[in-house]
Order: sequence, then structure tokens, then C-alpha cells
Amino acid sequence: MVDALARRAARIPGVAYLLVALVLVFSILTPRFASAPNLFNIGTQSAILLLLALPMTFIIMTEGLDLSMGAVLGLAGVVLAMLLVNGSALPLALAAALGVGLLFGAANGLLVVILGMPPFVATLGTLGIAQGIALAATGGQSVVGIGNTLPSLYASSWLGLPFSVVVGAAGYAVFHFVLYYTRFGNYVFAIGGNREALMLAGVRSRWYHLSIYSLGGLMAGFDALLLTGRMSAGHPIAAMGMEFDAIAAVVVGGTERQRGNGWLPGTVLGVLSVGVLKNGLNVLAVPSSLQVASIGLLLITALLIDSIRRAK
Amino acid sequence: MIARRLIGVLLLSAALALSADAFPTTSNLLNVLRQASLIFLAASGVTLVILAAGLDLSIGANLGLSACLTAAAIKATGAISVGAAAGLACGTLIGIANGLMVTQLRLPPFIATYGMLWMVYGINYWYMAGETIYGFPAEFRALGSGYFLGVPAPVYLMTAALVAGGIFTRYTTFGHEVYAIGANAEAARLSGIPVRRRLMLVYTLSGAMAGLAGVVYLARLNSAEAGIGDPLLLPAIAAVLIGGTSLFGGVGGLFGTLIGAVILTLVLNGMNLLAINANWQPLVTGAIVLLAAWIDAAARKRAEARDA
Repeated sequence: MVDALARRAARIPGVAYLLVALVLVFSILTPRFASAPNLFNIGTQSAILLLLALPMTFIIMTEGLDLSMGAVLGLAGVVLAMLLVNGSALPLALAAALGVGLLFGAANGLLVVILGMPPFVATLGTLGIAQGIALAATGGQSVVGIGNTLPSLYASSWLGLPFSVVVGAAGYAVFHFVLYYTRFGNYVFAIGGNREALMLAGVRSRWYHLSIYSLGGLMAGFDALLLTGRMSAGHPIAAMGMEFDAIAAVVVGGTERQRGNGWLPGTVLGVLSVGVLKNGLNVLAVPSSLQVASIGLLLITALLIDSIRRAK
Repeated sequence: MIARRLIGVLLLSAALALSADAFPTTSNLLNVLRQASLIFLAASGVTLVILAAGLDLSIGANLGLSACLTAAAIKATGAISVGAAAGLACGTLIGIANGLMVTQLRLPPFIATYGMLWMVYGINYWYMAGETIYGFPAEFRALGSGYFLGVPAPVYLMTAALVAGGIFTRYTTFGHEVYAIGANAEAARLSGIPVRRRLMLVYTLSGAMAGLAGVVYLARLNSAEAGIGDPLLLPAIAAVLIGGTSLFGGVGGLFGTLIGAVILTLVLNGMNLLAINANWQPLVTGAIVLLAAWIDAAARKRAEARDA
């Protein structure tokens, strides 16, 4: 009986314990944490991060990394906001943001997959390019006056849930389906696990690998919808460092950088852990700079636990 | 390889001399040299790390925190030596922490040093709390903006680092072992090289050089705020890659990084003289990183094709 319980407990991933522990600690420390408006707030913030963390899971599963996501999201947000300011319709502006994201994602894929550059340097380079364009286009200023369409869409609620949470849930459903129920998903596992075997089996693995990076850029472009809606403005460096939160969420969620070992529900728990940690520290009035430092600590701790487990 | 890059420097200089009258003046050329020295100091340690097939993404944040602690220590004690010691100690400690994560905890270097980047970044912004510390004694500022025998002071530091580093990498067993680890860590381990101890050393050196660069950079700017080191990661990595050090480890060297720093500075200086908005700098630096990494990856593919 005790053995059976222990075995069942061993199968629960570490990130679930982490999330429960974080929620408990913050609930005890401050009553404001568990209030309904604050939980809503965590949900909406987490949705924005989740849209980056989902494709980041695929990328990390294939032994890759995308450091450019935050900068690309910032640039797509600037493009979206500028078009809205100029009176474009929202669908057109969103299409442009998606185009910008896809372009950068495809460029990352090209650099890593076709030209064989190490992913962290290739995407560090595209980070600089995306940030440079966003800064030069705006002169470093916020793009304001985007009208009411997007902010009111963002503020709307669907079936009692905030718009961004609905979008985040829909995004998760799509990625879950793709990863676990399609051939593309099988290839995501295989590219990380055994690329050689995949190529020998005649699969155009490079094409799929390139698509995974493109998907990352595309989602960063799409995320501009939520980020810009939330801020009612576009800002060139608004999303700076958000790729770091996404990487931390994926790693904390139990996806391993080797052997194609990915777990998408873990990414959701990782995103919520990052969201709860940041929000809880915020409610406790810990400065945002130390919140950033705490995510760094969280990431390194997760890597550490991972390496200890592997050593056993 | 070095010769080709030196020709690049000459061509770039000639083009700039033709397009901007202010370029070939003594004061501007000394300024280029000063700027390149600062980039070299930050990039020299990370060159060793990359030679050993690792990576240190924390150097920009490290430089920032080291500079701010130096500033605070000088203001608190009035002693330049205490300030410089604080900056160097800060940089070295961050380097040691990176080394421990990579060698003892076996974390992948780019993710571990990336986590370190944001940890140090957060601590620095918290510590500075939006304040700027400025106005340092003239003797301290001389370290960054002064001249000695008509040559900017940082150039001497750069030369000292280059000579010491050059001897270390070329003429000591330590240095050869760093190359061997970068070329093939497993083979290096099997041939009896203490891989972990050597890696520990290069990460520590990378942190210490970032700390030193922070001190000199502060002396140059005469003012410290939390974001001081943020824009320096990309240029430092760019200098290493333009200099021909391979990201795959085992190929390259410090002299290349110096040439890389000069080329990068010439490009940024030229943009400045041609009155191109400074907001374009991250874009240009990013493009240069990509170009250099592409050349590196292509060279590796050729080498692999040859060996196969």
C-alpha cells in the first residue's frame, strides 16, 4: 500500500510539487495573492508567456534554442501598433505581425538547419537585428494611439474567461494535438531523439526542423496581438527577456535538452510556476529586478535537479 | 587567416578615410583604438571559453555589476584601489560560479551562463534602484580616458592582456590543453588532461576579465547605471567570431579577437562619423555576428567533408 503510493508519487513530475509549493507559500505570506482578481491576472500574464513557451518546447526538444523570440515579439508588436495607428484594420495589422514573426522564424531555421550555425549564436544575432529594427523604427519610443478595437478585444471575456486565457488554451490545444497526434509531432520527437535515423528513413527532416523554428517566429508574431492589447501600445523593448521566461518555463516543466524528451503539459505547469513566482513576488512588493533574478535561480535549480536525477 | 583579416582592416579604414573627413584624424584613430581595447578586454576571457568549446553569455551583465560595485566602493571609501578590487572580485566570483555550474553540476554552458546573465542583471538593477553614480577622481578616470606617452591608457591594458594571454595560450601546457579540450573533450580526458579543472580556469578568467573591463569602462564613462553592461554582450561575441575563433572549439586565438575588436569598432565608428542613428548599432552588430558564424559553420562543413 505504502509502496504503491510511493510509486505513484514518484511518477508525479517535480514541477507539479513546485507549483503547489509556490501557491501555498504565497497564499500564506499574503492574503491578496489568492484573491480572484489576482488569479485572473496570473492567468492573463501566463497566456502571453505560454504562446512563446509552446513552440520553445518543440525547439528545445530538438536540441535547439531561440533567444530571439522576445525581440521578435517586440518588433511584431511595433509593426502591429504602427499599422493600427495608420488606420489599418486589425486583421491586416495582425497578418503583418504574423509575417514579421514568420520571416524571423524562417531566418532562424535557415541559419541553424541549413547553414549549420549553433542555435544560441544564430538566434542571438537575429535578436540584435529584430531589436535594432524595432528601435530604429520607433526611435525607442512607445507607439501609442492604436484605437479601441484591439484593447476592447483584449478586455472582452468569452464564456466568463478573459480573452487571453481563451487564446492561450486554444493555442495549447493545437500544440498538444500537433505534438501527440500528428506525423509532424512524431518528427519533432525524432529530430531531437535520433535525427540520423530519420534522415536514413527518407524523411525530409531538415524541412521539418526548419518548420519548427518558423513556428517559433510565427507564434512570437501572433503573441503581439495579446501583448499589444494588454499594453494598448507597441513598445520596441517591451518583451525583452521574455524568451528567457519561456526557456525557464520549458526547462522547469521537465523538457530535456537531449534525447527529444519533451512533455507539453509540463510546459503549462512551468509557465504557471514562472507566472506565480513573478506575481507572488510582485504582490509582496519585491522589485521587478529581483523577480528577474529569481527566475534565473529557478532555471538553474531546475537544471540542477535534472542533472542530479540523471546521475542516479 | 589573420592576414586576410588584417587586409580587411586596411580596406575598411581606406573606405572610411575616403567617405568621412573626420576619420583619418589622430584623435579619431586613437579613439578607435581605445574603444577596441575596451571590447577586447571584455572579449578576451570569453575567447578562451569558446576555444574550449564553451560559451559565456553572462559577460555583459557581469561587466555591468562589476562596474556598479566599483563605483559604489569608490564613493563609499574614496579609495580607487578598493573600488578596482571590488570590481575584479565581483567579476571573478561570477566566473567561478559559472565554472562550478558547468564543471561540477554539469549544466549545459549556454543555458547556465544565460541563467547567470539574468540573475546578475536582476541583482544589479535591484542594487542600483534606478540611481546613477557619477563623478570619480581624476586618477581613476585616467585609467579609461587618460593618455600615457600619447597613447590611450586602456591600450596598455589591452597589450598586457594580449601578451599574457598569448603566452598562456601558445607557450604553456595549460593553453595547449584548452585547445585540446575544445577540439575533442573526450579525447582530452582520455589523454589525461584534467578537463574540469581547465574549464574551471577558463570560466574564472572570463569572469575576471569581464570584471576588469567593467572597471576600465567605468573609468571611461565616469558614470555608472544598472544598464551599463547590457549592450556589450553582442559586440564581445562579435569580436571573438570576426577574429576567427570557432564556436565549435579548438580553433582561433586572442590575436584574432583583437583584430575582430578593431574591425567591429571601425564599423561602429564609421556609422557614427557618417551620422547614422545609434539605434541601428544592435542590428549591424547582430548581422556581423551572423555573418561571422556563417563563415565559421561553412569552414567546419568543408573540414568535415575533407575528413570524411
